[in-house]
Amino acid sequence: MTPPAQPQGVTVEVRDLRKSFRAVEVLKGISFQVSRGERFVIMGPSGSGKSVLLKTIIGLLRPDAGEILIESQSIQNRAVRNQYRMAMVFQSGALLNSMTVGENVGLYLAEHGLKAPAEIDVIVARVLESVGLKGLENRAPSELSGGMQKRVAIARALVVEPQLVLFDEPTSELDPLMAVTVGEEILRLNERTGATSILVTHDRELAFATAHRIAMINEGRILFIGTAQEVQRSTDPIVQRFIRAELATPKTQ
Amino acid sequence: MFHNIGEILILFWQVLLALPQLWRLRHKVYDQLAYIGLASLSMVCILSLFIGGVLALQTGPVLVEHGISSVLGGMIGLSMCKELAPVMIAILVAGRIGSAMSAELGSMQVYEEIDALRTMNIDPVRFLVLPRMVAIAVSLPVLVLFSIPVGWFGGAMVCDFNQKIAVSFDSFFQNLREVVEVGDVLNGLLKSFVFALAIGIISCHQGLITRGGPRGIARSVTKAVVNSIVLILILDYFLTRFLLYVQK
Ligand SMILES: Nc1ncnc2c1ncn2[C@@H]1O[C@H](COP(=O)(O)OP(=O)(O)O)[C@@H](O)[C@H]1O
Ligand SMILES: [Mg+2]
Repeated sequence: MTPPAQPQGVTVEVRDLRKSFRAVEVLKGISFQVSRGERFVIMGPSGSGKSVLLKTIIGLLRPDAGEILIESQSIQNRAVRNQYRMAMVFQSGALLNSMTVGENVGLYLAEHGLKAPAEIDVIVARVLESVGLKGLENRAPSELSGGMQKRVAIARALVVEPQLVLFDEPTSELDPLMAVTVGEEILRLNERTGATSILVTHDRELAFATAHRIAMINEGRILFIGTAQEVQRSTDPIVQRFIRAELATPKTQ
Repeated sequence: MFHNIGEILILFWQVLLALPQLWRLRHKVYDQLAYIGLASLSMVCILSLFIGGVLALQTGPVLVEHGISSVLGGMIGLSMCKELAPVMIAILVAGRIGSAMSAELGSMQVYEEIDALRTMNIDPVRFLVLPRMVAIAVSLPVLVLFSIPVGWFGGAMVCDFNQKIAVSFDSFFQNLREVVEVGDVLNGLLKSFVFALAIGIISCHQGLITRGGPRGIARSVTKAVVNSIVLILILDYFLTRFLLYVQK
């Protein structure tokens, strides 16, 4: 499977990324490259540093060492970072609870004054419909189920028209049907817009169904990068153990 | 609080820098104003009525004994507007509003809502802290402005109805009018403005640095309220010194 060559996505390169909290080294030198429009899945046990990795890429955490490059330019430089549209769908959804669903989805456009209010309403309605939440604009996020909140979070990311989207465990805590719906949504977003997608998940089905390539991460290091078939055929004992363990244990964060 | 003083000052500076963008956030300010005002107004009135009352109750009989009960109006009038109204209402607001601010921002921090804002290039200081600071800085002096006359009224009622004091309503307010000047009321309002900034910045800062789940939020709320009250009382001393010096 080769990634579709689409104009909108960006290349991402992570070079020897390190990040510690106090004395604990969480990322111990992570390197990988993601091409334009690729769906790159990161799998690994809880606490292996996946969320920290995503937060470092999006710029919420500052790396101790190493570099992140977008289109071959380091995004340590704010000006470079601001040239590209990026979005992150948080593990928790992270919707603003004091605002309605519609306000959450339209927030980026409204706050940056990118569109007139009436236009924003139209866009919000359209995007919500595209994630199967038509007409829920005026609900409070707390009134929605976990799966619906995740889809609102995806809608909020869609509105940014991102060139790079990061998903942190988009299907955890969802029932299998909802997980499939959200998985399809992620696939459609990627295919329609060509946005480069980096996806952290425990969900093997989601990983094998969506990934162009899969990276296995353990204790802050990458063990293996390859296609779904290559991962399944890998003879690396830790990778094999992880995949079997994944089958045996329930999904957690 | 004290080891964070640098961070708190930086946050305050960032709020000042964001001030020019206030107009775009006016609706958020209105929301906060309505919330603070409506939540506190009835409480302020009850509190002030009783503060004025107890002040009269404690001092009245002593002054009567010395035959100078005629100064009651001026005394209660001054203590209410220069000291008790600003300090007590600030403590009330620290408990009601400061706690709510730190809890709200704390839960937004813990549940990654603030991270989400950052990924959308929305500055949390401008979006969350600024409207709260402006709202509290406007509403606390307004609440004090309500508190002062209600406190006077409470004092006057007690002086009039209490048999041991028996200073009539009219003579109470006559003396009050002779003694209390507009400057004394402004003095109290200025104090309450400074207290409002202190409560707002401490509570917002504490909210933003919250870590560690629901328990972290609870810890932040406690810290925000306690630190606000301590700072109010410390600031009160120095503000009083300063205002005495200026008014000379
Ligand atoms: N802000 C932080 N401060 C201190 N430690 C953190 C912080 N964020 C994550 N960690 C630690 O980093 C490790 C990896 O966390 P995380 O990336 O969330 O794991 P996961 O792979 O499950 O997403 C954990 O041990 C966690 O305790
Ligand atoms: Mg995680």
